[in-house]
Amino acid sequence: MIYIAVVLLLIGSVFSAVAALGILRFPDVYTRLHAASKAGPLGAGIILLAVGFASGDWAIAIRCVLGLVFLVVTSPVSAHLLARAALQSGVSPDARTSIDEYERSSGPV
Amino acid sequence: MIEIVTDIAFALLGLAMLATVVRIVRGPTLADRILGLDTITILAIGIIGIFAFRTGLHLYVDIAVGVALAGFLSTVAFARYLLSRRQP
Repeated sequence: MIYIAVVLLLIGSVFSAVAALGILRFPDVYTRLHAASKAGPLGAGIILLAVGFASGDWAIAIRCVLGLVFLVVTSPVSAHLLARAALQSGVSPDARTSIDEYERSSGPV
Repeated sequence: MIEIVTDIAFALLGLAMLATVVRIVRGPTLADRILGLDTITILAIGIIGIFAFRTGLHLYVDIAVGVALAGFLSTVAFARYLLSRRQP
């Protein structure tokens, strides 16, 4: 059981590091949101899952799974709200963006 | 074994937090900085989890869930502020 937890801990740490690398290297805020809102909560959730495996106690494991579910549910909400706020406040996408759906739509965002 | 693995994980998350701080300082827009603060909250959840793993103090899992709640609420509040702010 402890070996599963150790492997999960390493996988979660690598996911978190990859999320931060994406935040550092991607060109504009919309692509950075991809890295931050998928890889980051997955990494933290896998680390919590590792703690649940290592504890060997159902009460702790259920709390860890609850934390994972909370992260996975709330992360898309905050990412969507942040992207919408950035778009409405006039942050333009990177020049290499090939498809811009909001360029054609004239209604409110 | 647990000490070595948690040392590696601490180092990875420390480097990740450093990269996010660089993005917050350099970030061209306010949305980049809000995104960086959100990511720092999530990395802090990971660091709290690694600390609970290393020391065996499972009380820290509850603290991690509380930090996740505060981080989500703060991100929503910052995004609402960004929406309501008048652009010059």
